[in-house]
Amino acid sequence: MSGIFYKRLATIIALVLVWQLFCKTAMYPTYLLPTPEQVEQTLLQGIIDGQLVIALLSSLKRMVIGYSMAVVLGLALGVALIKWKYLDQTIGFFILAVQTIPSVAWLPLALIWFGLNERAIIFVVIIGSLWTMVMSVKTAIKGVNPDYIRLAKTLGYNKWALFWKIVIPAALPELIVGLRLAWAFAWRSLLAGELLGGESGLGQTLMIGRNLGDMSLVIAVMIIIATLGILIDLFLFQRLENQIFAKRGYSSKR
Amino acid sequence: MLQLRNVKKEFIDKSGKKLPVIDNVTISIRQGEFVSFLGPSGCGKTTLINIIAGLVTTSSGTVLVNGKTINSPGLDRAVVFQDSCLLPWLTVRENVGMALNSDNSGKEKICDYYIDMVKLNRFKSAYPHQLSGGMKQRVALARALATDSPVLLMDEPFSALDEQTRMLLQNELMQIWQRTNKTIVFVTHNIREAIFLSDRVLLLSHHPAKIISEIAIPDIRPRVGGEHFFNMEAEILLHLKREIEKATEEELGERYIL
Repeated sequence: MSGIFYKRLATIIALVLVWQLFCKTAMYPTYLLPTPEQVEQTLLQGIIDGQLVIALLSSLKRMVIGYSMAVVLGLALGVALIKWKYLDQTIGFFILAVQTIPSVAWLPLALIWFGLNERAIIFVVIIGSLWTMVMSVKTAIKGVNPDYIRLAKTLGYNKWALFWKIVIPAALPELIVGLRLAWAFAWRSLLAGELLGGESGLGQTLMIGRNLGDMSLVIAVMIIIATLGILIDLFLFQRLENQIFAKRGYSSKR
Repeated sequence: MLQLRNVKKEFIDKSGKKLPVIDNVTISIRQGEFVSFLGPSGCGKTTLINIIAGLVTTSSGTVLVNGKTINSPGLDRAVVFQDSCLLPWLTVRENVGMALNSDNSGKEKICDYYIDMVKLNRFKSAYPHQLSGGMKQRVALARALATDSPVLLMDEPFSALDEQTRMLLQNELMQIWQRTNKTIVFVTHNIREAIFLSDRVLLLSHHPAKIISEIAIPDIRPRVGGEHFFNMEAEILLHLKREIEKATEEELGERYIL
């Protein structure tokens, strides 16, 4: 663990040094490519005066609302599609088609329907991550070892117990993959939504940076996004995954 | 106790052709009896035990447990599958307790009692991936016993184990059977195993499965070697030879003489 930590740290330092070097060669003017120090300044400033913190919080709020709704809806819809074949043959096909539409393409509709506000962006976040979630739930449940189901039947499990005690835990490793994917899709949708139609949030801050020609602000926001992504992955998804995999004896080392 | 009356099973293959798997099997098994189904691999013995378990429906004929027709799985017939089929996210104790109600206050005690019976005391809190094949099968046995069902259906439970582990488990199964007085239906393709364990061995023909012979084993236990059992083995092999030839011929597509 600690070994990996130092390797990762070294990689980041090396990247910053390369960046620094690039700036020193003066191939690009600093208003196009700001130096690491400038970005650091902007980051600190933004955190102290609250601009970046407020943006981050309002983005996170939308993310949490949109993502959790997508997860709940995705679970319900995925289970329904498994349960009723007829639904899968009709709506299931439709989902496959809808999945190919990038989530930003929903934004014009959302803006007309909900207006320039929270709900429009949350809608885009949900739409952006829902279909992946549905498909993941479907594959996860389909992949459950049929022997477990036979076993549960011989042990007198009713449908409810079968679902909650056998199907869901058996599908969990696959479900985590789905949750992770949906999280990534939700982020992309959120940023796209905020860039074009937000009043606040990280996406909007990016846009402000562009409008003011403040590239160090743009890069600062990008760093915040990447850091957040890594933190969520390390402390939420990987922890969950490790816990689930360790129990089952799969190696969780990558 | 357990009766099969004119049980037939046909599968329908992709081209719509009927494929008879079990042909008119009638069996009657006494309470507390140990009966083995012995036949070449792929002969339909597993289908037959699945029918008794209620996991597969019959095409015609009935299965009765204590005079009641059954058509679905139930807690009156516990099953031990060929691969132990333990849930990897549950500990040994939790696996054994799968059939028990979670609000059963004595649950832990019951589980420990059966874990003790299969001698896995030291592994109560272990997860399945930490166990050997033999241990896993012990857990599966304990889980089946914990249902407290009078009938135990065992589908080649020891066939994936090495010889020594198998011998051990056969011995223990014997003791557990004598202790608990369960009715056991045991599927195997191992002649020695069938003779060693059973009161009665039913020989099944190859595809469709039919009972071709019924051999009662004299009630001398423990069964350790002896000319008598050796002769019995030879006799059963003679019976089965033609079926094994048939099975092999079907597989290889040419005449085969053993």
